Amino acid sequence: MTRKQRRLVLIGSGLAVLAVAVALMLNAFRDSIVFFNSPSDVMEKHVGSGTRIRLGGLVKDGSIVRGSNLSVRFEVTDGNSELPVAYQGVLPDLFREGQGVVAEGALDAAGVFNADTILAKHDETYMPKEVADALKKSGHWKDDYAQRAAMPVGGGGK
Amino acid sequence: MIPELGQYALMLALGLALIQGIMPIVGTRTNDPTLMSIAAPAAIAQFVFVAIAFTALAVSYVTSDFSVLNVFENSNSQMPLIYRLTSIWGNHEGSMLLWVSILAFFGALVAAFGTNLPAVLKANALAVQAWIAAAFHLFILITSNPFLRIPDAPFEGRDLNPILQDPGLAFHPPMLYLGYVGFSIAFSFAIAALLEGRIDAAWARWVRPWVLGAWMCLTLGIAGGSYWAYYELGWGGFWFWDPVENASLMPWLAGTALLHSAVVMEKRGALKVWTILLAILTFSLSLIGTFLVRSGVLTSVHAFATDPTRGIFILAILIVFIGGALALYAWRAPLLKQGGLFAPISREGALVFNNLFLTTACATVFTGTLYPLALEALTDAKISVGPPFFNATFGPLFIPLMLVMPFGPLMGWKRGDLLGAAQRLLAAAMVAAVAVAAAFALEHGGPVLAPFGVGVAVFVIAGAVTDIVERTMFLRLPFRAILRRAVGLPRSAWGTAFAHFGIGVTLLGIIGVTAWGTERIAEIKPGDQLEISHYRLSFDGVFNRTGPNYRDVVGRFTVHRMSGELIGVMEPSRRTFPARNMATTEAALMTRGASQLYLSLGDPNKDGSVPVRLYFKPHVLMIWLGAVFMFMGGALSLSDRRLRVGAPRPARTKRTANSVLQPAE
Repeated sequence: MTRKQRRLVLIGSGLAVLAVAVALMLNAFRDSIVFFNSPSDVMEKHVGSGTRIRLGGLVKDGSIVRGSNLSVRFEVTDGNSELPVAYQGVLPDLFREGQGVVAEGALDAAGVFNADTILAKHDETYMPKEVADALKKSGHWKDDYAQRAAMPVGGGGK
Repeated sequence: MIPELGQYALMLALGLALIQGIMPIVGTRTNDPTLMSIAAPAAIAQFVFVAIAFTALAVSYVTSDFSVLNVFENSNSQMPLIYRLTSIWGNHEGSMLLWVSILAFFGALVAAFGTNLPAVLKANALAVQAWIAAAFHLFILITSNPFLRIPDAPFEGRDLNPILQDPGLAFHPPMLYLGYVGFSIAFSFAIAALLEGRIDAAWARWVRPWVLGAWMCLTLGIAGGSYWAYYELGWGGFWFWDPVENASLMPWLAGTALLHSAVVMEKRGALKVWTILLAILTFSLSLIGTFLVRSGVLTSVHAFATDPTRGIFILAILIVFIGGALALYAWRAPLLKQGGLFAPISREGALVFNNLFLTTACATVFTGTLYPLALEALTDAKISVGPPFFNATFGPLFIPLMLVMPFGPLMGWKRGDLLGAAQRLLAAAMVAAVAVAAAFALEHGGPVLAPFGVGVAVFVIAGAVTDIVERTMFLRLPFRAILRRAVGLPRSAWGTAFAHFGIGVTLLGIIGVTAWGTERIAEIKPGDQLEISHYRLSFDGVFNRTGPNYRDVVGRFTVHRMSGELIGVMEPSRRTFPARNMATTEAALMTRGASQLYLSLGDPNKDGSVPVRLYFKPHVLMIWLGAVFMFMGGALSLSDRRLRVGAPRPARTKRTANSVLQPAE
């Protein structure tokens, strides 16, 4: 083979691998991307049942009901709307009423959000950014949160 | 006084970096050896002053000087000494100072030990190092000064984030930074080569030890971080495809590719232009990794808005260095001479294949990590790209890489014998087939494809062994002859085999734990029993324990084999740190061979029951053991005589002759 032919082989195989990768990525983007929504977004956008989303907001005061076998129900609020959430499992260390929470799962036919993951955030001063933005949008952001969120969080954590 | 001294030293270091960055370049342009020779002493002096600054911060931490804002926010006088020291890099400002200290240290090493480097290359490379250093010094002094004081010194500090108070975190960030910053040397040499418009095989020989060392540290750093996340976060996951983790994986992938392409360049003089590009990309990804993690931009692009100066500064550094380097590359790379020819089926071809797949895999990780940021910045929609995306893209790209890997070392340079290599790998393939059959027969449940995954991993391991067997003529020669051959093998051959073996071991661990791991989640009361795999755990009760700066609520569990034999006790706990009013989950681990039992507690309920999470993690330790093998492979390769000797012989004798002829220089 001449130098030119060899270079063509090289460039050709490079492009082929790249094309495969792009196809894989487009396919994965279609299937596995999860949008973040506040309870208000869920109401406005009419998110269908069965669509996987991330739901973020505050755990409504006095809404936590613990059932048997680690099942728990609570409501997530952004001040304007709220949504009931059902979850079964061990809750993260900092899950408590009045705190920010991000849950991943899907709505069922009855309008209850079935979460399979409650995201663990590891600092009491930490307000998930998505939640903070959602609260600001709904006009229920309190400066108190801002101060807490603005405090340095020690970095390095996940 | 001491913090002021530190700040002053850092300013002087900035001044020295500016001198080191300008004078040698002027020297290479005007062909003035005196100006060029400024680089080395300036680099060493810069390191001395950065070291003084770092020591000043360390002293402030050790003596708990809470009049320093940074110490107040991240330390506490009750903390053990080791964590008071590691708090230095448990925060943004301190970690930046550590970063720049390592950078200056490496610069000083090049200056002190790079005596056999051509003067122009050395001057240019040290100057580029100095530009990076100057940018970081400025960044620290203007936006992230760790030496700021508080007017009224508080009596007690706020404490380090408790999840960072852990031996794993003591060494994880420095190892990562050694890796990230180590790649800066390859970057500087690449830019120097572009500035000079000249590059040869010797370039690869000088740069390769640095790439290898950086790669080793990054490998251990990533593995350490993964193990820390596994036992500290209480979820038992070893890899979350979290953006923070991806930020360290990307330079590792690009660095691995660089490591392999530099071999081709060194041995065959080919792939020069590509190697230069990889050197630039690897360090660019390290820069992005450092900044993305530290700036908080990964959680939301709006984090930039909370601290605009820092955000804009970071963007400026990224644009200047990455954009500048790539522009220089586009302009100067065509000047570099093309290298040797090789057939597609050859050692070079295999290494090109490796590079192709590694860089593409790196690109998919890059896309998945940064796409949400781009989308949020452009459309305000918030999305998360999680494990399913990466499993569906990264996985398929890695399988061909694994399958081809054993062929590479068995192939000859220039023109390889694919059929011959396949014949020699026949035994390895048979071992792999037996492993697939065994996995089908012995394991139940789990994905159908998992046994084939085991087959791939075993093929990689057996392939690495085959390489050594072939080279030593094992079983075909008398034992002493084999031994002599084994000792006589180049260390780099052993290094390759070890590192490839390690990849296989890691893969085996990942498949084992994801396919056949089991979990139990339950609420239990004292006296209750849990069963998992071959083990039975009985819950004895809860008691309290006090540590230096925390309180523990400990659950005590006795572990028996199903047959009744007592194995031991597991004591997971909930740890509360009063200084921050924070709780962490301290999981209990019990190692059985390469597998582990993993137990963590939830918050105890009012009725006395405790939620627990119990996992059986088969072969999980192999994940990190494999990384240790990779590290050892790197170390063996690094100790190869060829690299220690440095430049090729003929060039060396010529240079000695030159220096004899020009004593007045």
